[in-house]
Amino acid sequence: MIDREEAWASLMRSSLAGDQAAYQTLLRALAPALRASVRRRLAGMGQPLEECEDIVQETLLAIHLKRHTWRTSDPFGPWLFTVARNKLIDHVRKRGRRIEIPIEDFADILPAAEERPGADSAEVDRHLAQLPAKQRAILKTVAVEGASVGDAARQHGMTPGAVRVALHRGFASLAARLRTEE
Amino acid sequence: MRTDDLIRGLAADEKRETSPGRAVALLLPAGLAVAVLLFSLLLRVRPDFLPMLATPWLPFKFAVTLSLAVAALLIVSRLVRPGVRAGPVAVSLLVPCGMLALGIAAVLGLTPPETWGPGLVGHYARYCVVFVPLMGAPILAALLLALRKGAPTRPGLAGACAGLAAGGLGAALYAFHCTDDSPLFVLTWYGIGIAALTAAGALIGRRVLAW
Repeated sequence: MIDREEAWASLMRSSLAGDQAAYQTLLRALAPALRASVRRRLAGMGQPLEECEDIVQETLLAIHLKRHTWRTSDPFGPWLFTVARNKLIDHVRKRGRRIEIPIEDFADILPAAEERPGADSAEVDRHLAQLPAKQRAILKTVAVEGASVGDAARQHGMTPGAVRVALHRGFASLAARLRTEE
Repeated sequence: MRTDDLIRGLAADEKRETSPGRAVALLLPAGLAVAVLLFSLLLRVRPDFLPMLATPWLPFKFAVTLSLAVAALLIVSRLVRPGVRAGPVAVSLLVPCGMLALGIAAVLGLTPPETWGPGLVGHYARYCVVFVPLMGAPILAALLLALRKGAPTRPGLAGACAGLAAGGLGAALYAFHCTDDSPLFVLTWYGIGIAALTAAGALIGRRVLAW
């Protein structure tokens, strides 16, 4: 456990120093760990497991947008777990105010959970669709199609600087929408 | 969106926000400048400022209000960092509270009881409860704006601490003008003004500091 946290801390240190490859490695290592912990907690609270990936993605977004609040001299574990717990609680609380329809009613139309195991978030897609057109286009080009910032700039006739701004604003408004939705 | 795709997108986003500490260091002076401007437009330094500085009472007001502001800033700087406990620094609030208690003990022990009432009521209590929050308001705005860079687990509490800090600084500024010097007055009327800003900070913070 401690070894794992130290490895994450060292990756995060490199990330904050500008190493994008280390950052991607870190996020890919965090995702399954978050998924396992969210599943366990959702099950413990009697909440539907279908929402697991929504929470994982919300948490990854929060880690990304708030990574500057971690000081490299602090232990990484408490920071990460606090962010993750906060996002889980937010999510469950948000849901608590909504009417839950028994999942059986949707059993026919929901895709089988195993189709793409723990990898999709419908919620993120729903909010993505409401972003300003430019932010949405850039997010899709860079994230889904895997284009570099330079390629995205050429493709959309923008400067690389403008692409970077649109990308960052896109993630920030995505997180804000996920937080404040109905 | 697939989580893998999201990660690829996040890794491509190199823009990083300013740390909350740096944001406070940048914005707090701006908030203070607006407060000083308000002071210069609406109030003036008390005529007996320099002679009063030689008595214990005026330095007492500065010591209480400024130490309160420092303690609140110390606490909030920890509240906005996930996984960092604020409890250990919360004891710093004992400094302003202890000084205030000593001041009140001094009044009650050293001055005749018939002066306590007039000291408590003072001359300009109504001004005090208006101007302390007014001087603190631009400071609170600057602090909340800066703390949006942070990630408080409890946004309301972080907002309240920002209000407490703004209240302390606003009260210190108002003390340049105010001629009511009894610690009983400071406790009551400065206290009300500072409490109002703290409540405002909690209410606004709950909305604007959530992340």
